[in-house]
Amino acid sequence: MIQPHDSVIVRTLGHIVIPVAQLFGVYVLVFGQHGPGGGFVGGVVLAASMILSILIFGINAPNSVLARKMLHGDGLGLLIFAGVGGLCLIGGGQFLNYSHLQIPSLDEASQHYVGILLTQLGVAVDVAVTGVSIAVSLSFNEDEISLDEVTHG
Amino acid sequence: MTFELPLLILLVVTAAGAIMVKDLISAVFILGSYSFALALVWALLGAVDVAFVEAVVGAGLATVFFLLTLFGTNEKDTHIRRPPVPWTAIVGLPILGLLLLYGAGDLPAFGDANSPASIHISPFYLENSLEQTATPNVVTAVLMDYRSFDTFIETIVIFTAGIACALILRKGDS
Repeated sequence: MIQPHDSVIVRTLGHIVIPVAQLFGVYVLVFGQHGPGGGFVGGVVLAASMILSILIFGINAPNSVLARKMLHGDGLGLLIFAGVGGLCLIGGGQFLNYSHLQIPSLDEASQHYVGILLTQLGVAVDVAVTGVSIAVSLSFNEDEISLDEVTHG
Repeated sequence: MTFELPLLILLVVTAAGAIMVKDLISAVFILGSYSFALALVWALLGAVDVAFVEAVVGAGLATVFFLLTLFGTNEKDTHIRRPPVPWTAIVGLPILGLLLLYGAGDLPAFGDANSPASIHISPFYLENSLEQTATPNVVTAVLMDYRSFDTFIETIVIFTAGIACALILRKGDS
């Protein structure tokens, strides 16, 4: 498992850079329908900020609590994506046809807007969780503490 | 258009450097800079979304994954000895390059409004996506609405990659 970094410069920069990166990731995710970006890029930026937090502070540090929690979210983004498709099915249409999302007091274009936003959220969650999970898998070392202690301790 | 030539030279130089350098960690960093130059090329061509993904994934996340993989290997694994180049490659690859250049002469010009790619279905997206989906970014509208099934399968692929990495690499974790 990755050891925490002991350089003062790296740790101080981490305190500044990681929140900015997370804010930028959420901005890219939410703003993806009006500018460049979207769910995939937003998720990758979020994952990169979490991996940076793991690399600098170590996975057991209080700063990495979000990255540690995210390891339990495998498949959550996929469920959100498929859930939006299922809601379209329930609404009486085809899978992922947002015209049949039953949201009251919204016209058809706005239903598509909401559907795109929700599926983008699903993609972002899926990509972010997978990125952190692969980084933890790659740095996993069976000689040291087991992941069970890491994720639940 | 004055940026095109320096960017393309940078692309060729970084790509060749990533292949020819002896140390794999150096190769990973050169590959990251190659991705960054490629992102600039995409941005120059007007494909801002692709440039964004290339910069974030190619120069950012992939570099981190490569480095984490290399840190798990020995010194002798990261220094590679290259066998001499066979003469078939020395003769064959320039011929292949010449054939590709000859074929590239028949491609439609960049930004040609009458090329097959721009007269098939993209006019429909450009004209209708704003009123049908209320989304100003056409790329997002195509990816998430008109082609949402493809994106769904892509999401499944990413999920599978994460699961497969965890199953293979996290050994001894009951």
